[in-house]
Formats: sequence, structure tokens, C-alpha cells
Amino acid sequence: MEKMSRVTTALGSNTISGQTMFCHLDAPANAISVCRDATQVVVAGRNIFKIYTLEEEQFAEKLNLRVGRKPSLNFSCADVMWHQMEENLLATAATNGAVVTWNLGKPSRNKQDQLFTEHKRTVNKVCFHPTEVYMLLSGSQDGFMKCFDLRKKESVSTFSGQSESVRDVQFSMKDYFTFAASFENGNVQLWDIRRPDRYERMFTAHTGPVFCCDWHPDDRGWLATGGRDKMVKVWDMTTNRAKEIYCVQTIASVARVKWRPERKFHLATCSMMVDHNIYVWDIRRPFIPFATFEEHKDVTTGIVWRHQHDPQFLLSGSKDSTLYQHMFRDATRPVDKANPEGLCFGLLGDLAFAAKESLITSDANRKPYPGGDRRYPMFFFKKPDPTEQFAHVSSALSVFETDLDSHRMDWFVKTAQLYLLSGKPFAELCDHNAKVAQELKRPQVSTTWTMLRIMFSDPANLAASGPNHNLSKLGTLPLMNSFSLKDLGSGMGAESRLERSKGESRQDNIHLEPGNSYISNNEENEETEGSEGHPEYMFGDAELDDDDLYSMEHDNQTEEQEYTLPQEAFQLRHEIMDNPSAPEHLQQDKADSPHVSGNEAEVTCLTPIESFSLISISQPLFSPHLPASFFCPIVREMLSYYAEQGDVQMAVSVLIVLGDRIRKEIDDLTQEHWYMSYIDLLQRFELWNVSNEVIKLSTCSAITCLNQTSTTLHINCSNCKRPMSNKGWICDRCHQCASVCAVCHHVVKGLFVWCQGCSHGGHLEHMMNWLKSSAHCPAGCGHLCEYT
Amino acid sequence: MGELPEPRPQFLHQKPTVSLVSPLSLFLQVMVNGDSERLSLLVNRGNADAVSQQMASHPKYLESFLRTQHYILHMDGPLPLPYRHYIAIMAAARYHCDYLVYLHSAQFLRVGGEPQWLQGLEAAPPRLRLLDHINKVLAHQPWLTGCSHIQTLLKTGEQCWSLAELVQAVVILAHCHSLCSFVFGCNTDADFVPLSSKSPNGTPPTFCPFDAANGNSLDSTCDMMCLKERIQKSQEERETQTLQQTGNTEKEMICFADASRFITDPDFCYQEFARKEEDHFQVFRVQDYSWEDHGFSLVNRLYSDIGHLLDDRFRSVARLPPLHSTDMKRAIWNYIHCVLGIRYDDYDYGEVNQLLERDLKLYIKAVACFPDSTKTPVCPLRWTPLKTSERIHINLLIMEARLQAELLYALRAITQYMIA
Repeated sequence: MEKMSRVTTALGSNTISGQTMFCHLDAPANAISVCRDATQVVVAGRNIFKIYTLEEEQFAEKLNLRVGRKPSLNFSCADVMWHQMEENLLATAATNGAVVTWNLGKPSRNKQDQLFTEHKRTVNKVCFHPTEVYMLLSGSQDGFMKCFDLRKKESVSTFSGQSESVRDVQFSMKDYFTFAASFENGNVQLWDIRRPDRYERMFTAHTGPVFCCDWHPDDRGWLATGGRDKMVKVWDMTTNRAKEIYCVQTIASVARVKWRPERKFHLATCSMMVDHNIYVWDIRRPFIPFATFEEHKDVTTGIVWRHQHDPQFLLSGSKDSTLYQHMFRDATRPVDKANPEGLCFGLLGDLAFAAKESLITSDANRKPYPGGDRRYPMFFFKKPDPTEQFAHVSSALSVFETDLDSHRMDWFVKTAQLYLLSGKPFAELCDHNAKVAQELKRPQVSTTWTMLRIMFSDPANLAASGPNHNLSKLGTLPLMNSFSLKDLGSGMGAESRLERSKGESRQDNIHLEPGNSYISNNEENEETEGSEGHPEYMFGDAELDDDDLYSMEHDNQTEEQEYTLPQEAFQLRHEIMDNPSAPEHLQQDKADSPHVSGNEAEVTCLTPIESFSLISISQPLFSPHLPASFFCPIVREMLSYYAEQGDVQMAVSVLIVLGDRIRKEIDDLTQEHWYMSYIDLLQRFELWNVSNEVIKLSTCSAITCLNQTSTTLHINCSNCKRPMSNKGWICDRCHQCASVCAVCHHVVKGLFVWCQGCSHGGHLEHMMNWLKSSAHCPAGCGHLCEYT
Repeated sequence: MGELPEPRPQFLHQKPTVSLVSPLSLFLQVMVNGDSERLSLLVNRGNADAVSQQMASHPKYLESFLRTQHYILHMDGPLPLPYRHYIAIMAAARYHCDYLVYLHSAQFLRVGGEPQWLQGLEAAPPRLRLLDHINKVLAHQPWLTGCSHIQTLLKTGEQCWSLAELVQAVVILAHCHSLCSFVFGCNTDADFVPLSSKSPNGTPPTFCPFDAANGNSLDSTCDMMCLKERIQKSQEERETQTLQQTGNTEKEMICFADASRFITDPDFCYQEFARKEEDHFQVFRVQDYSWEDHGFSLVNRLYSDIGHLLDDRFRSVARLPPLHSTDMKRAIWNYIHCVLGIRYDDYDYGEVNQLLERDLKLYIKAVACFPDSTKTPVCPLRWTPLKTSERIHINLLIMEARLQAELLYALRAITQYMIA
């Protein structure tokens, strides 16, 4: 204790003074309680039950209540409470299920007074009534709460929570008859002590056990609860439904919560596991503790404010076998060490940055971001609240917009909306998606789709109708035209064009071949597009040097380096030039191939399948019936490539469209990962329908089951308003038909439509017809229903 | 499983659409039925393994069991997939559970594990070999688990474990150990007859000697004598049986590895939990360290979400329909914890003797502590006149109680390590 401080507080006639101090106990403590005049504290645990007096500079052991050579389990305490009116009276909750009272006024060594063994399981909590001397309440693991009159030998009433173990019971400070109970299943119940048959109200406060609750000492409506879900919640109980008004997220399960005296918004918490500190929170500032006590070496098991009107002294017992008195003055203030700065990326690439105002202004000579990003300094001033003791910091918030990238995600949204993933033949899906990609100026993606169509379509079908149909369709697209620019012999020019159209963001490529680029050859394209020859040309190309083609693929994969692509293009073109025998007009198609190869050089050599039946020249190198599975490794690589590039949309879309053709090739975890990422993205953009479709179409069990969660629908009977537990259309309780159509008075067994204003409704069709002719509700309630 | 869902209008089988709301509570019913339907379909199709088939009579429980198993073996977690299966192999090998060893060997290879490792523990990486000790202790005498074991594993060095990895490993170990009990109790292992591994060599069983002198208050001394006797008897029976069996084993079943390759110290096994004054192994008091208050928070912190899944398992086994009486379930649960050294302050252990017949206690103890077909007779079940459904129910209780016991010991040790 280097920094000892001494505080003296005047509280009416009493004077409390003290300092941060501690003493060793012989055994771990489970709970502590303090007597009314704040001069003594009782510590209870499995192997300890002692009373200490609080002196100026130390704790002094006053009494050991654990007597006998081999103390029974009745001495093993889970909880202890000192009566706040009768200073000789104590109660303990024993781990074996006994409730024991102790009378310090007894002359004998053993101070045990009464023993109640009515509970079947461990008693977790005992609580004296704040004003009624003889009334004691207990809550047990067996799910029951019992109220004892200490003048009688047995409990006077038993309350059955009907919801698992009771973790805490607390009498209300202000309402004489009310007490709150918290349960292991997350519920909190309010009871009237006079009515043991049924709770007054119940609500679910936490997920998992609610370990503790505490009524606000001044405000009658406030109840604080702490749970295993690491939350502290403050509930306003004055309204009809318990309303959560504050919530503090801590870092470990909350074992105890105690309001701080004289500070309306402060409460102290400690944890049951892992975290040994005691925190005092200002509930209006839930993100950082107001004060922290870090003295304990093991979990803190009991905390209590020393005096009910003094906010400066906190006592705590711990599993580390120490008892502490903490001075508020000596607490650590995490706020002082906090860095009030924040940084966050927006959905569209914006960046927000908040920092101490002083920090930003002093940094005035900082250069603006390159690219002329705009900066909006904004200042928020909060009116200082005199009751808040937090240090006030004014921060400046800057938002950086990235102009270039601001519409970068548009393509994502559009693509997601326009892609077709199912419902049509495979070839049409590919073509449609290719078209979508084209329109969004993503030729690489578009070509990938086209290639996929070619690779995986059944050759026979293709010969019949596929290619011609598709090609003519594509011909109408403006971007397709740019491919065909390279027509008629000048392979070089065509390719450079291609590069340009492909890399819109990559301007560098253009200048590589400026001379050769043709600008627009729409008319020519139209002529050539229909020609069936190009694929064959491709074939010839591959024939010439397929090794080279394959090797090029590697360069392509590292596409991020702008210059690799042109290189590849040159190479390809080179080979093309070497092949003078190729028919001139077919070269156009070849121009297509490097384009595709931007992703997948191998893809190019695949085209023969399609061409085979179309062209009379049979090619010796490749069997015409190359199975679709031949391409699977390539496609797999391509998908991984897209996914790694961040275009998980493409990966997933292809995965869905190809379906069984590729699914087996990619391991489930990867697929699931892609699906999850894509669905996450879609949901961030609020593309719920698309995300739903993707979930539906996915073949991963982990994904499809996403759609099967929270599909439960709870229904109340429309007559008696009670939940309908049974299936069927007749309510168990009131034996009336539920959900009767207001028009035909028959039970609705299909779609039920109802007015949200008067909640009458019926068969969809009937309601539609009715509301065409009448504006009033068919049930005759007089409500003016609206059907849109 | 045999029950078919009642016929109902076709449209109800479709998933409810978001925009249209039917007021019929039937939807709820369909969802509930739908689940068990799917489960039984799965089971009937033969996709489910033998264990799931046994559990299928309790679909709710089966669901939470499968979810946990899937999570720890296949979902996000700090350990690489082959490691997880290898750890499962190590755990199952402790009880010579060929069924699980085989199952996980196959899965180990399927997720790309190094086939060499299956030659035995020496072939495995040293990090996995380090787990052998805690595997041994947790399997047979979990009360020996101490902070020092954890310390050894986490000691910084080339082969050290991270806390998160260790927690996952411990969860897998505990899961597989307790699953061995279930497999053994339900005789699943006997249906599965791999080649060669069970060679009847005629040697008397190396049954663990019981410390008869240290019997606790539950007249277990007598139990154990009795158990021993019966083991001897049925051992002979079994030998003749196995001889017959080996004749018509299916040849295509290839056992990858003999279980004993994955363990050391094969003679180490369960011993009566002694409660002597001089004994420094203190009784584990649930009131001081419980799953709900302590175990859950720790395991969930170090291995996210597993706490909820395990919690769900414990809850769903507690929610199974009562077995004769609710007291009976509690008696079984507490008895298992008791033989593993865990005591409840608020339980009168006299009830165990009142509610559980001696035969049943023997059965429970055999399944919980010696689920090893090489040491205990294959079929201890005929000792008790149990119906199949009861047997499965009791086996589930045993499995979950064991799982929780092992977890409690391991997690307490980790807590102690973290405090120290």
C-alpha cells in the first residue's frame, strides 16, 4: 500500500475513517456482509466463518463462529447476510441445503440459533427483509424460494419459480412486499411475498444463468442484473414490461453486482472466473470502467459497500483468502489511460477517424491525403453533466472519402442483383451472366463465364443450337465489340485493344500498342461474329505450342503486376503470327483467347470442344470428346484465384452455376468459407433476397441450415390470447377455432392475411375481394382497413 | 425411429416464406417434427454411424451430441484437423476401443493426416506425444490432473501448446473417453469386428487389482469383489465366443492400427478413489467448482462457443424423460461423479444405495470406469435385467457425467495454472 490515504466521512453521528488495507484469512471466502453501523464484517466460506472488526489501520479478528472439532456441512457457507436492523442476527446459506441463523448474543461458544433444512439442494442466497425483523428469504438450487419467520420453526411460505435453480433473491428496498429472484435459465421473476402461488411478472434478462441482482437503493424501479453472458443490465421495472435501460458489457461472467451508495449511476461488479478485478461502472458510460480495484490474486467472491450512505469504502473477500477494504481514492481509473481515438472503415471504403481535438489541431501541418480526399472535420460537444465524473475529452472526427473507390462496390451490388444462378439451362445462365459482366465493364469476368459455358456444355447440344445462338446474342453487346476489334489479321492491334478493355483501371497497358489499335469495327464484328471458324483457329494455336500456353498461365495469375499481362499478350500474339496458314478471318477469335487467358491460359486450348463439331477440319491433337471433368482442375484454380483476389462473388456464383460439375473438386471447408464470405457481404449490402437465394442454392449443409434457424413461429389464440401449444386449429384452453376468416367464418388453413390496425383478417382471396368493395373491416369492428 | 410422421397437407412441408404468415401453430410442429424426421431419415439411410443409431431414440439429445462432435472435430478451432483426429485416436486407444480408433484413423487420413503417424505414438510429432500423459490421467484417474501437467504442456519451447489448443485437445480427449463408455455400454464395439486386433491369446485378463481395503462408504468393496468374480466367469465365456467370431469376420474390414500403439503404460487404469486422511487428493467439491459457474466460463473463453454446445448437451441429457424417477437419474449421475472423486455437498449418498440395485451399480461402474473390452467382459449388460431403452438412457447419463467430470478436473487444473 504505497499510496495510503485517509478519509474521514461524517455520516450523521457516525464517523467512518480508514484506508486501503487487507488481512489474510485462513481459507477462501465465499461471501461477506457488513453490519449496520459499518464497524464489523463477517466472512463466510467453506472452511471459514469469522467476524472481523474494522479498525483504523487493520482488520481485527473478533469472533470465530466455526466451532466444534469436526464442523458439519452446516458451517460450509455459500452466502451470508448480517441483519440490517438487529445487530446480533446473522443468516447463512449452507452448501448442503440448510439455512442457518446465528445469534451473536448467545452466551455459548456455538452461536447457532435456528436451523432450517427444508431445501433439498444447495442454498445459493439468503436475504433479510430490510425493515421486517423476523423475515428471512432463501433461494436454492432446487428451484424453490422459501420465506421464514424466525419466530417459527418452519418456513411460512414456499415460492416455486418453475424455472431451474434460484441464483439470487433480493427484497426491494422500497416496496415492502416485493422481492426479485434470478434464475439459472436466464429469467428474473418478481414476487409478492403475500402471494406464493404465482409470480407477479417474469422476463428473460440474460442468456444463461443470472448470477445476481440488486435493487437500486434510491430509485424504486431500477433493478440491476448480472449474468454468465458477461453483461450487467439495468431494468426499469416501473413500466408494464421490464425495460432494459442500461447495459454494460464486461469481460467475464458477472458474479456480484452492488449499487454504489449516494451515486445514482454507479455500480460495482466482480467476476466468478478468470478476471480478479472489481469494477465500478458508470452505467451511462458502459464501455470503460469508471474505477478498478486490482488487488486480488484470485477471483473476488464477495463485495459490499461498507456503509449504506458512504460511497468511499468498498469491502471485498476473495478466493485468494484475503479480505480487503478498498478506498475509492486509491482505485485505478482506466479512463486516464485510455486513448480516446477511433478508426473505422465504412462499407463503401470511407474512413472515419476520431481523435482528441488537441491532437488533430496540433497536427495541422500534416499533408492532406494524396488524391484530394476530402476531409470533414466535425465536432460534437456534449453538455457536461455535473453528476458524471468522467474526464471530458472533445474529439475531432474526420471522415475521409475515397473518391476513386467510392463507387467501387457498385458493380458488386449490380452483379449480385442481375446474375442468374439457377432456373435456366446451364448455357443460358453462363451467357446471361457473361452479359451482365460485360455491361458492368468487367470483360475478364464476362469471358470467364463464356469460357465456362464452352467448357462444360455438352458438345452435341452446342453443335445443334448453342454457339450460334449465343454468339448472335453476344454480338449485340457493346463490349463484345471491343473484342472483335482485333479482327481480320491484325492480331497485334486486336490484342492491345483487348488489354485496354480488360483493364479499365490499368491504364498502363494501353500505351503498349497505341499504333495498332483499331477503334471500332462494329460492322465488321457483326459479320465475323457469326462465323463458326474462330474456335478452330484457337485450336490450331494450341496445337502449335500448347506448352507455352500452359506456362503462360502462371504469369497471368499474378495479375496484380500491371506489366505481366502485356507480356503475355505479346507472347501469344507472337505465336499467332507464326502461324500464317490460319485463315485470316479466324484470327479474330484468337484475339479472344489471350483475353481469356488473362485468367486462364489453358482455357484457350479448351475451345476445340465446341469448335469440333462446327468445323469440318478435324484436329489430330485433341479428342473431340474431351470430358468436362478434364477442365475441373483449371476451373478450381480459377475459382481460388478469384476468391483470393477478393472477388468471392465470382467464385460462389460459378460454384452455384456449375453445381455438381465442380463441387466435388473443391473441399467443403473452402466452399463453406466462400459461401459465408459472400453471404456476409450480401447482407452488409442489405441484399437479403440474393443472400437468401445463395443460401438456398448452396450445397454445403452448414450453409443451407442457415435458412432453417429461427423458423419457429409462436402463435397465440385469437380468442383467449394464450399461446397455442398444440397443433391444429382449435385452442386447447378456450376450445374455439383460432384464426377464423372474417369473411367466410371458416378456419384459415393456408395463408392468413390480417390488418395490422385491427388485427382482423382471413383468407387472402376473401380479404382482397372484400376490400375491393368496402373500406371497412369485414369483422365489423369499424376499422378502415387498407389492402395494398 | 419407426414412427412415421403423421400425414398432413403437402404444402406444409414447404418452408414458410417470409412475407406470408400462416397463423397455424402447425408450422411450429412441422419444424419440430421436421428435425427429428431428418434425423431419423439420416439414421435410416445408414449414413449415421453405429453410435448415432443407438442414440436415435433420443433425437433431441442426438442433435446436440452431433453438433458438439461436429464442432470440435470439423469446425473452426486452433488445432489442425489431422491433430484433432489423432487426439481422438489416442483417447479411444486408452480403452482399446477399436471402433473409435478405426473411425478416427479413417477420418484422420481423409483430412490429410500423415499416414505414418498411424504406426504408433512414436511416429507422431512430439507435441502430440506430450499429450499422452494427460490422456492417461484423464482417462483413468482424472483426480490426478494437476496444474503441473498443464504447466508442462504450456512450458514455452519448440513443442509447446497454446492455452487455446490445449483446451480444444482436452475437450476432444474428454469427449472421446466418455464416448468410449457409451460405445462399450451399448456394445457397439462388439458389432464392429476388425481383423486381428482382438486375438484371444488365452492369457487371463489383466484386470486392474482393486484396492479392496479402501472401500468407501458405498459398500463398493463388496461390489468390486463381485465384479471381479463375474469378470472371471464371463471372460471364459467370451474367449470361446471370440474364437467363433474370428471365423466369419468380414475380410474387407481392415483395422488400420492396433490401439495399443497409441498409448504408453497400458497397465495404468482406474483405481478406487481413496478418501484417506493422509491422502492429498482432496475430494472435488462441486460447490467450489461447478460446470455452470466456473467450467463453462473458462472453456467458452478459451475455445469460443464450445461452452454453449456442451451446456446444451448436459441440459438435453438432463431433460430426457425420467428414468423410473428423477431421483434415480440424479442418483446415477452423482454415483458416477462419486466414483470419480466428485462430491455434492447437498446430496445424501445413502440414496444411491436405496435407489440403485447392486447389479445396476456394478454395471454403471464397469461402463464408467472400465469401458475396455480387453479388460472387462464384452457384455456386462446381461448382468442387469435392463430394457434396451433404459440401457441407452443410462449409457447416455454415464457418458455425460463422465464428460463433465473430466472437464471439471481438467478445467480446474487450467484455472489453477492461470492463477499461479
